[in-house]
Amino acid sequence: MKSLQKKLCIAAVLTGSAIFIISLFLLLGKSENPYKGLLLVLGLLLAGGGIFKFPFKKHKSIMNIVFLFPMLFTFALTVLVPFVIGIFYSFTDWNGIKFSNFVGFENYITMFSSPDYLYSFVITVIFTAINMIAVNVVAFSLALLGASNLKGTGFYRAAYFIPNLIGGIVLGYVWQFIFNKAFVAVFEGSRSMLTDPNLAILAILIVSTWQYAGYIMMIYLTGLQSLPRDVLEASSVDGASGIKTLFKIKIPMIANTFTVCIFLTLVNSFKQFDLNFAITNGAPSRILGGKAIQSTSFLALNIYNTAISKNQYALGQTKAVIFFIILAIISLTQVAISKKKEVEL
Amino acid sequence: MRAQKRNLIILEIISIALVFVFLFPFILVLFNSAKTSADIITNPIGLPKDFRQIFTNMSNVINNPNFSYWKSFFSSLFITALSLTLLLVFSSMAAWVLVRNKTKWSSGIFMLFVAAMVIPFQVVMLPILSAFRSISSFTGIQMLQSYTGIIFAYLGFGGSMSIFILHGFIKGIPYELEEAACIDGCSPESTFFRIIFPLLKPAEVTVLILNGIWIWNDYLLPSLMLGLNGKIKTLPIAVTSFAGSYVKQWDLILTAALLAMLPIIILFLFAQKQIMRGMVEGAIK
Repeated sequence: MKSLQKKLCIAAVLTGSAIFIISLFLLLGKSENPYKGLLLVLGLLLAGGGIFKFPFKKHKSIMNIVFLFPMLFTFALTVLVPFVIGIFYSFTDWNGIKFSNFVGFENYITMFSSPDYLYSFVITVIFTAINMIAVNVVAFSLALLGASNLKGTGFYRAAYFIPNLIGGIVLGYVWQFIFNKAFVAVFEGSRSMLTDPNLAILAILIVSTWQYAGYIMMIYLTGLQSLPRDVLEASSVDGASGIKTLFKIKIPMIANTFTVCIFLTLVNSFKQFDLNFAITNGAPSRILGGKAIQSTSFLALNIYNTAISKNQYALGQTKAVIFFIILAIISLTQVAISKKKEVEL
Repeated sequence: MRAQKRNLIILEIISIALVFVFLFPFILVLFNSAKTSADIITNPIGLPKDFRQIFTNMSNVINNPNFSYWKSFFSSLFITALSLTLLLVFSSMAAWVLVRNKTKWSSGIFMLFVAAMVIPFQVVMLPILSAFRSISSFTGIQMLQSYTGIIFAYLGFGGSMSIFILHGFIKGIPYELEEAACIDGCSPESTFFRIIFPLLKPAEVTVLILNGIWIWNDYLLPSLMLGLNGKIKTLPIAVTSFAGSYVKQWDLILTAALLAMLPIIILFLFAQKQIMRGMVEGAIK
């Protein structure tokens, strides 16, 4: 049995390597053969499978490598490598295909001196702050409502939760209709909110809160349900009012849930793209410093438009690097806060 | 007692009012999908004259070459299903290896996966296009505008979080179980597939739901990798390209939106509890 397996494995490794070498020749020789890539994969699979099935003493470490490989490989090619070359590109005049010169910090200087970026930066920060507060206030109120002993809470929760399941793109178009047609019909003679720069941002805020509150509500509910009953009973026996129990017992006891929810909404509001893209796509424009700029384009959309619509890849990439740095700072703050809390507990 | 009962009724009324606030966009979509273009202009909020108009609108939209509903639906389904299956198997394998080997390497790799969760898609989306383009021209394997490429990318992007969730879960499985299997002569890989993998079910459901909702609704990645008017369209891409070519034709756009929402709403009706629990658990971890 064992010897047959060994022979088969050796045969697989040998043919696999042969196929691999042939495909390497095809690849390096710039051959037009359309199957060269498939041959490469096939060869590697055969050789790898042969080694994997060979009854080595060190079988376990080979298995470890084989088990880790798929995730590590896809992760490296889609996240790690693009991330590193992305940072590199931000210092060049990359045009999406190739780069010819190093430009040092020129992209960064251009970016920070262009009014449309600074404007986008400011409105993204404002949007993120207000949206974070709005979502958490609405979500926590909904959670308190849901935690009371009403009939049919399951149905209410599901109804509040459902907007979160549908993609921002589809919802964005639906709300574009609501703002442009439905609301205008309800409030006769009014103009669509989406035609005014400030109201358009408010419109995105409303939709974003509507979409996200139900999800955050569920997280608060999980926190509220984990409260120990005896503590709540003790407080009601001692005569604490509902509001007092809420502020002195419930909120301090689920402080961790608050941290999770606040940072989750912070990060997600900051990354808002889908709703922004589908509801306004940056419109209407606003005159700032003698130039017309898009009044509702948040950072994520600004990055996208810089690179894809205006074809300034290096500049878009530079904006994305700054975008990453801000998000990294937010996440590190969150980690630091949770660590500190753990120590206190 | 009576005051308490009155309070409950007030809360009940508030809850129902809120349900209406949360659901009215969906109701509007349903109503307006059953109207003609002219009816929407005169009456964008009321009930439609005749609900049968919805079938006319639907068949117009479904057969529209810009939307081609069934084709987009099955593309979305294929991409989501295959990405999820591979993600589930591969990330469980990786997480298991990372938990059970207590070396510097395994904790380093794990830290790398966790740290990468901070990386926003925007910072890799442009380089990934050029990287995939070079891979395609070097190997001849189509990475852009193909299923291979987009599923590959979803594995890479979904991996971090999936491994993180599964890693936490596997840590709680007693090692004695594996030792017993080992003594009984089970090879390490069959220990994994026969014993560990089935035990991971609760965490796997979370991974499936979190990634499933994300991949199904994702717009940015497919729009860059497949293109808005490429051969393969996912549902969000189809809706966007449809809305782009039928600007202001709200009867058609809203019908398209309705059709795009339906699959998830139907799924939600059947698996409401699991979906809500899965998404919350993913967030807390």
